[in-house]
Order: sequence, then C-alpha cells, then structure tokens
Amino acid sequence: MSASKPDGLSRRDFLGVTGALAGAGLLAGKSTAGDGDNRPAAGGLGPDPVKFGLRVNGKDHEVAAEPRATLLDVLRDSLDLTGAKKACDRGECGACTVLVDGKAVYACMMLALQARGREIRTVEGLAKGEDLHAVQAAFIEHDGYQCGFCTPGQVMATVALLEKTPSPSGDQIRAGLCGNLCRCAAYNRIFDAAAAASKAK
Amino acid sequence: MRSAVAGLELLEPRSVNEALRMMRDRGPATPLAGATDLYVHLNSGTLKPRRFVNRWALDELRRIASKRDGLSIGALATFTDCLRSPLVRRRLPMLAAAAREVGGVQIQNRGTLGGNVANASPAGDALPVLAAAEALVVLRSTEGERRVPFSAFYTGYRSTVMRADELIVALEIPPVAGKQWFRKVGTRLAQAISKVVIAAVRDARPRIALGSVGPTVVRVPRTEEALASGASIEQARRILEAEIKPIDDIRSTAAYRRRVAGNLLACFWKETS
Repeated sequence: MSASKPDGLSRRDFLGVTGALAGAGLLAGKSTAGDGDNRPAAGGLGPDPVKFGLRVNGKDHEVAAEPRATLLDVLRDSLDLTGAKKACDRGECGACTVLVDGKAVYACMMLALQARGREIRTVEGLAKGEDLHAVQAAFIEHDGYQCGFCTPGQVMATVALLEKTPSPSGDQIRAGLCGNLCRCAAYNRIFDAAAAASKAK
Repeated sequence: MRSAVAGLELLEPRSVNEALRMMRDRGPATPLAGATDLYVHLNSGTLKPRRFVNRWALDELRRIASKRDGLSIGALATFTDCLRSPLVRRRLPMLAAAAREVGGVQIQNRGTLGGNVANASPAGDALPVLAAAEALVVLRSTEGERRVPFSAFYTGYRSTVMRADELIVALEIPPVAGKQWFRKVGTRLAQAISKVVIAAVRDARPRIALGSVGPTVVRVPRTEEALASGASIEQARRILEAEIKPIDDIRSTAAYRRRVAGNLLACFWKETS
C-alpha cells in the first residue's frame, strides 16, 4: 500500500497533496500498475483518496476521500455536517441515520463511494431557514429526547417512516424506529413525537 | 478521518458481466453490496481481504419475479424489498416474516438476501427460510451458471461451495405447499442476533430448518421423518433436541438453545395444525 504513495511524504502531507491533485482531476482512475501484480487500472479505486461527487440536501459537493471512508466520515469530516453522530460505528445504534434515496440507512456502514449519484438527506437539510420540519417541531413539543445524542437519527428515521407511511399505527411507529436506540430510554416520548408529527402534516 | 478500517480498494463494475470478469481477473476480490455484515468485520479489523467488488448499484440483480409457480429473487433484493413484495408475501410469507426481523429498518434497507447467504453465518435470519423452502442458489461466473441446492451450499462453519470467481446472482424458490412458519428468538425484537431461529413448512412432508444451533443452518431430517410418520410432538421434540448441535457462546448456552428449539417445534406444530 505504501508503495503506491509518493516517496518522502508523511500521511498528512500526502492527503494535502492528493487534495490538490484531485482538484486538478488527476486522481480518478489513477493507475497503480507497475508493481508486478494485476491491479486494475480503470474501475479500481483506492486505497489512495479519490475525488467524487455527493449530492447532499439538494446541493452537489466534490469530495476527496479514500474508498474505505464511510458516508458518515465524509459527511462529518469533509462536509462538516456533524448532525449524523458517530457512536457505535457498527450499525447497532442508529445515531448516524441519514436518508439515501428516501430510505433510512446507517451512514456508518455505507461506503461514501456507494452514495454517489444518490440523493442524500441529513438532519441539517430538514429546516427551511428558521422553520423547523414538522418532525423536529414535534420532538421539541413532546420532549422526544433526554440527552439528545440519538435525536438526529431518531428524527431522520421518523422522517423516512412518515414519508412512506403518513399515518402510521403505534406498531408501525415502533417498527419504523426499531433501528434507533436511545440510551436514555425516552422511547415513549419519541413515539409520541412521531405520532404527533404524523398528524401535524 | 478516524477509522479502524484500513485502506481498501474498490472495483466498480457497471454490469454483472463486468463484475464477473473482475472476479475472474482481479481476484481475490470480495463482493460487497449493502456491507451490513462486511462492514462489521472490516471495522473490527478481522477481515483480511482488501479488494472489493462494489455490486450495490447492479440493479438488474434486484428483481423479484415469478418463476413458474415459485419465485426468483435477485441476490441484491434487500430485506425491505422482500417484505414489501406482494409476490414474496403471497408465496413465501415466512421470508417476509424473517425480513421484518432482520436488524432494524436501516439494516433491512441495505442488507441483501444474497449477502445473507454469502456471509454464511449460522445465525443468518433468512437462511432457515431458504433451507425449509429448498431454494436453489444461482451462482454465475464468466464460464456460466450453476444451481446449487441450498442443502448442499454450506460445507461447514462459514464455508460454502462457491468458487472465488463466482457471484450469487439469485435465489430460486420452488412452489412451497403447506403452511409456512417462522420464529426468531433473540435478546430483543430488533437489532439482535438470534439465539435460535426456525423456519418450517407444515405439509405431509414437514420441512424444518434451524439457525444458531450448529456450525451452519441445518435441516433436521430425523425430526421431520418422525413427524411425517405420525410421532407425537413430545417424541419429535426429544428427537430434535438430540439432533441439533448447539454450543455455548456469547449470545446463549447450548442448554437454552436446545430447550427453546424444542419449544419452537411445539409452537410450530400447534399453530399450524
């Protein structure tokens, strides 16, 4: 792996340099041939950073990231969208929930490269200026949190649920939010908020 | 970026055929779709492969279609696809039931049926369903396609008959006659790996498959035989408890699993009578 990096550069320098290279469009399809194996040229990405586009909350962004980077890492570290939280980082807690093409997913277990060409929505995209989204307003109104750390994920899972099922039953709400844990166990108020948001529309 | 995941290389096929050529020419490569299992291994540093074929965007493998009176389910059909499919709900309701209990919504939106099969965990939620339904695993390589009966697919703990150049492209399910039944027992309803999982079909020839009670998903032919020839459920239960080989592990104990498997068999028999 290190053989494919320019000599004499630290990892940090290297990332700086590749940012510039990426800006010049030199990284896409970067060949790592010549080391004697059959590593692919076209179509093979990484392990070095590659440049690609992501559409987040209706805006197109260019990012440079290693293929190992998860969607969560790129949202937080490259785009400074820190609403999605990194908690378990292994698909158990739901704090990183975002919507991809309208479906709730764990951003921590999706490679950022897999989100290319798709519509990504994060909690930052919900409010219109000072006007909160109905789900956000309902969480405040019904006190649907305690410490608040899981809240962006709970809110995004609720948004996905209500877009698919506008008037969910109690069971449908519990099923729709079953992938989001709340360590403060504010579940009843979270479910109340989801029910209220479904009626607010 | 702080991440436990070491550098990896991602191959990006634009078609299934290109993916197959990549598996042949650029191997060893690991197919990657929803990554819900792979990512856990990647992140814990236990996964050795560093080259992956990203097949998530190959939508042609996501189709769920009628095949004679059975089903053909594309390997990339997610659990959400399965549980929303009217065809699956009508012809293979036990798969819809299993899909609903995989992880949580977010896992169901990304986890694929083919991935569940390829991951080869003895606890895979959909695997007892495929075993009880006597599914065929459709494997494709650049040399062609072959169909492997589900009962011959696993050769041991997390090992299968798949060659390194093959991809799972579909699961074919013959028509299933008889009442279907599924139950998963875990620590909690969502986001839990099973302690015991069972899928069964009540027919003149009962078919019963269990997960998390051995190194692979298992059918229990002696128990099935006993029930088919009119044994009482108490007798069948004793046979089942001797037939399975559960172990003590972080999720449960062998004794608990044996007891619960017996209870589940009795529930199945009662609820489908």
